[in-house]
Amino acid sequence: MASSSTPIEDTIRQKITTALQPSTLKIYNDSHLHAHHKAMEDSTSSETHFRVIITSDAFQSKMQPARHRLVYGLLKEEMAREGGIHALQLRTMTPEEEKRRKEQEAPAENAK
Amino acid sequence: MFSRSILSRQLFRQAAPAAVATAPAFRSSILLQHQRRLLSDQTKQAITKAVASAPVVLFMKGTPETPQCGFSRASIQILGLQGVDPNKFAAFNVLEDPELRQGIKEFSDWPTIPQLYVDKEFVGGCDIIMSMHQNGDLAKLLDEKKVLAAGEETSEAESSEKKE
Repeated sequence: MASSSTPIEDTIRQKITTALQPSTLKIYNDSHLHAHHKAMEDSTSSETHFRVIITSDAFQSKMQPARHRLVYGLLKEEMAREGGIHALQLRTMTPEEEKRRKEQEAPAENAK
Repeated sequence: MFSRSILSRQLFRQAAPAAVATAPAFRSSILLQHQRRLLSDQTKQAITKAVASAPVVLFMKGTPETPQCGFSRASIQILGLQGVDPNKFAAFNVLEDPELRQGIKEFSDWPTIPQLYVDKEFVGGCDIIMSMHQNGDLAKLLDEKKVLAAGEETSEAESSEKKE
């Protein structure tokens, strides 16, 4: 783990997997897209911007802000630390919502 | 479109004691070390005031005219698309004030910027604004709170515009 080239991504995966037992977990590292932003001037990290898609039963009967807070809470240290996560985009769904989303997207595909 | 700018600087200058304004380099390192320190009463008061300064309030990086971050830009664009009345809107640039930048995160229990408040209630950050924009919840909320510009109906085509 210490020699991993993606320590923060590994931590995100591990913490979310342990706490939320997601049925879907996709982590995208978008840091390269933001490397030239002013806020990144002093950053040497290649792990600053992440986009994470999580499907979990743990989000059941929680509004979106509560779901995001749950994830932010898990990654509190990584987000607060200097040189840690600068931006974290989240999509948080329950399994039912994911299914509905897929169904909505499918007819559009067929219509082409 | 959002021509009315709220003087966040003034508000937060009032809140920030003059003494801390010295030695900015030192001060910012202190801030980083104590990111989870308790929100001072003064900052909290100033933020409470800011949140109540208009029916729709966005804490962002940069200004509505020149956002300094893609997520802030996306958020302001969505509010524009939704037809939020500029007279019922205020934006606060967190880059102008480290007290605000750190304070708002603690105030909202939300670690990222931008942050949207409607009617003094926290709505969410960019991802939530975006998904509410796409699924129609944002239009509903803004309509219920009567913060849309009069006579400016947002067309379905406009509000369902999707960018991914």
